[in-house]
Amino acid sequence: MSGPVKPVRPPRVVVDGKGVERMLARMAHEIVERNPGVSDVVLVGIRSRGVDIATRLAKNIARIEGAELPLGVIDITLYRDDLSRSPQQPPEVKATDIRFPIDDSHVVLVDDVLYTGRTIRAALDALMDFGRPRSVQLAVLIDRGHRELPIRADYVGKNLPTAPTESVEVAILDRDGLDQVTIVEAVENGNR
Amino acid sequence: MSEGGAILFAGGTLIDPANDRHGAYDVLVEEGLVAAVGAPGSIGADAQRIDATGCWVVPGLIDMHVHLREPGYEYKETVATGTQSAVAGGFTAVACMANTKPVNDSAAVTEYILDRARESALARVHPIGAVSVGLAGRELAEIGEMYEAGVVAVSDDGMPIADGALMRRALEYTQLFGIPVIVHEEDPQLAGDGVMHEGRVCLHLGLKGMPSAAEEAMVARDLALLAQTGGKLHLAHLSTAGSIRLLRDARERGLPVTAEVTPHHFILTDEAVREYDTNAKMKPPLREQSDAEALVSALREGLIDVIATDHAPHHRDEKEIEFDLAAFGIVGLETALPLTLRLVRDHGLDPVTLVRAMSVNPARILGLDAGSLAVGRVADITLVDPDYVWTVQLEELRSKSKNSPFGGWEMRGAARTTMVGGRIVWSRGEQG
Amino acid sequence: MTFNGNHLLGLEGMSRDEIEYLLDSADSFREISEREIKKVPTLRGKTVVGLFFESSTRTRTSFEIAAKRLSADFVSISGSTSSVSKGETLLDTARNVAAMRPDCLVMRHPRSGAPHFLARHVGCPVVNAGDGSHEHPTQALLDLLTIRGVRGRIAGLEVAIVGDVLHSRVTRSNVHALRTMGARVRLVGPPTLLPSALAEWGDIHHDLASGVRGVDVVMMLRLQRERQGANFLPTLDEYSRYFCLTREMLELAKPNAIVLHPGPINRGVEISSEVADGQASMILEQVANGVAVRMAILYLLAGRGRASVEQRQAV
Repeated sequence: MSGPVKPVRPPRVVVDGKGVERMLARMAHEIVERNPGVSDVVLVGIRSRGVDIATRLAKNIARIEGAELPLGVIDITLYRDDLSRSPQQPPEVKATDIRFPIDDSHVVLVDDVLYTGRTIRAALDALMDFGRPRSVQLAVLIDRGHRELPIRADYVGKNLPTAPTESVEVAILDRDGLDQVTIVEAVENGNR
Repeated sequence: MSEGGAILFAGGTLIDPANDRHGAYDVLVEEGLVAAVGAPGSIGADAQRIDATGCWVVPGLIDMHVHLREPGYEYKETVATGTQSAVAGGFTAVACMANTKPVNDSAAVTEYILDRARESALARVHPIGAVSVGLAGRELAEIGEMYEAGVVAVSDDGMPIADGALMRRALEYTQLFGIPVIVHEEDPQLAGDGVMHEGRVCLHLGLKGMPSAAEEAMVARDLALLAQTGGKLHLAHLSTAGSIRLLRDARERGLPVTAEVTPHHFILTDEAVREYDTNAKMKPPLREQSDAEALVSALREGLIDVIATDHAPHHRDEKEIEFDLAAFGIVGLETALPLTLRLVRDHGLDPVTLVRAMSVNPARILGLDAGSLAVGRVADITLVDPDYVWTVQLEELRSKSKNSPFGGWEMRGAARTTMVGGRIVWSRGEQG
Repeated sequence: MTFNGNHLLGLEGMSRDEIEYLLDSADSFREISEREIKKVPTLRGKTVVGLFFESSTRTRTSFEIAAKRLSADFVSISGSTSSVSKGETLLDTARNVAAMRPDCLVMRHPRSGAPHFLARHVGCPVVNAGDGSHEHPTQALLDLLTIRGVRGRIAGLEVAIVGDVLHSRVTRSNVHALRTMGARVRLVGPPTLLPSALAEWGDIHHDLASGVRGVDVVMMLRLQRERQGANFLPTLDEYSRYFCLTREMLELAKPNAIVLHPGPINRGVEISSEVADGQASMILEQVANGVAVRMAILYLLAGRGRASVEQRQAV
């Protein structure tokens, strides 16, 4: 059972609004570079902030390429590997919403923080239930290390070395009112 | 347990309505009889002394409505275990209903029960004979023969007498012997296959209900018959405010009717069924708050003559099943006194009325030599400690069956000593 | 908000937030049934046992599909094949099934309160799939999900429930849930099947026309044929003469009113074919939502670690 989050030190802002904006712009360019003409590219955001980031990337790509990429939403709750390990009520399930065929497309999977890799593993499984993409690429705003599975991101906003006791919190304008990345030192299990 | 010698109840409050005594008296018992009643300290005798300080000395309590289950259902209760339960609850005598197997509809069964009582009973046992052969509601049983053998009343309890003509004949015929007909008032068609009181709770729970009218219609019928035939009618376990209205009207007209109520009907309501607790399933069913209140006020004013338990032991296999299928009835001998004492504490019931309802009146109705502590009378005595605090542990009940809705209840009041014919058959102090 | 129960025995007493949470969860599960691969691995390795002491092809199938779409193993014991017919008590059955360590039990039983009894005697979650005349919580949840899906809300809607209210577990669950969610309920039926004491649940109408006039939703109940013999009504013909939902009757409701029925329908008894098959009928939508609701319930109850219920019960 997770106790209340006890900040040992005040939260540290490691990326500010401008920084987040720059990272998203660069990532959009990298996606366009790697997928010429962005033909057959679709974006799939992992709930919740992966969706917000995917939305921002889609806007940036539209500005660069003039192309509106299909945008899907994936909720990985039903694919988690830790449900039976917790005596707690299982987490709330939100809808997965992919209204386009992903067969033979290049899927860019988007999340806010890459940590153990377990969320991405679950997202890959979920994705495969929707079809057989030609490739899956991974875009994350923050890679904080401490991988537990052989998973690597293709597009990274920032590599951020962290301690396991720390928690990385990403705020996105549309949801949180500002763009910002902070590190909170917490006793809480940081897998989010 | 003590045998034979003289016993002095000293320092207690005597409540003996039959002799208009209520106050500080010592009571001396010798050779099974009340030998002397006098002011505290006035009786000098070489006697075992029981300190009755803070307690009530009352004529032995009588439960005129119990099911001892013997013969035939010894897995639920026997004369031995049922009377152990009785004396632990302060009862010195019980009257047992006829729905045994075989039914007590003949002198042979009556004699068998009395034999078993002589062999194994701690309390006095007064059999009640069946009204109809096999409780089938068709032909009158040989009531005279059973009366000769010792029945004190007749009743088809458990099975309502649906046939009005049979009921009429029973009221007429029993006048030969002067014994009452005890009736379980329930119109079998109206009650149908109901399992609880028909009301709000029943509608919520989706269970089949028994309407109050099922009882009241039969009470009305039998009072009308009584007005025509005479005889002695005793209305068992009344449960509704409507029945009380009918009873009041009959009393005002001077009809020879008496009535009883059970502790569970004045303590509990149909809300007790909420969690489908099969120990809240009985006939008549637990009714509503307004009904319970009507019963209490009728008791207080003496309109209801008797408190009886309808002690109905059932094996756990008959209760740990679906509510619809569970047996009707609960055990009550060991909880009746403290539940009634709640009325004394919280609802203004006079202790004298309690003693009338639990001793004097049942003795009168059944024609028993009991209910009085006059000098020379049989020494059936209950020593009531109205302030003894205890918790009902179902597994510790003396009854063979544990089907009580009062498990875990904190009780105040208990029988400290129960004496039958001068012999102490129960003592709470010694039993811990 | 969360759903904190160990069991789903009924909707009476459940809070608005809890019901909202269950409906939101169920909404999220609808999409899975629209996929080509209608299966998620969530309950892999979990066993859901259905105890059906009353025949119910629909509800059982719906639970079975829900369990299987979550990758749970589903085993169903029905009244005829179980040892119940051999005189085994419910307690014995419960203990035996519990000894096989299921992760969730789904029970349909003709006796009110039987699932409550079961829940007291097994160490795993119990879902009430309909008990006697008491409750049928998943049915009411799917009804609410259907209403919310079409109307976008439940609060403020006027809902008429028509038919054998007295014996209806669907009604009881719906009345509790609809009222909790802020709908206004009318109960419609003959006095034999609609006792006046139920006025605390909604406005009572013994006349179908006044009962459905101006409502947003008409919820028809199935009339059990055995009511005929017990004098609750003279004949089915006479019942349908006064209480059959026909097109003319439905026209008295709001223009966009919808019709629900828990199924199976008695065509021509409580509902005309024209209405059952018409535009307003949400009957098939209800069936689809039933799977989503049951997936959500199984996920919430069987999804957590098994030790949990035992731990909680030890407390």
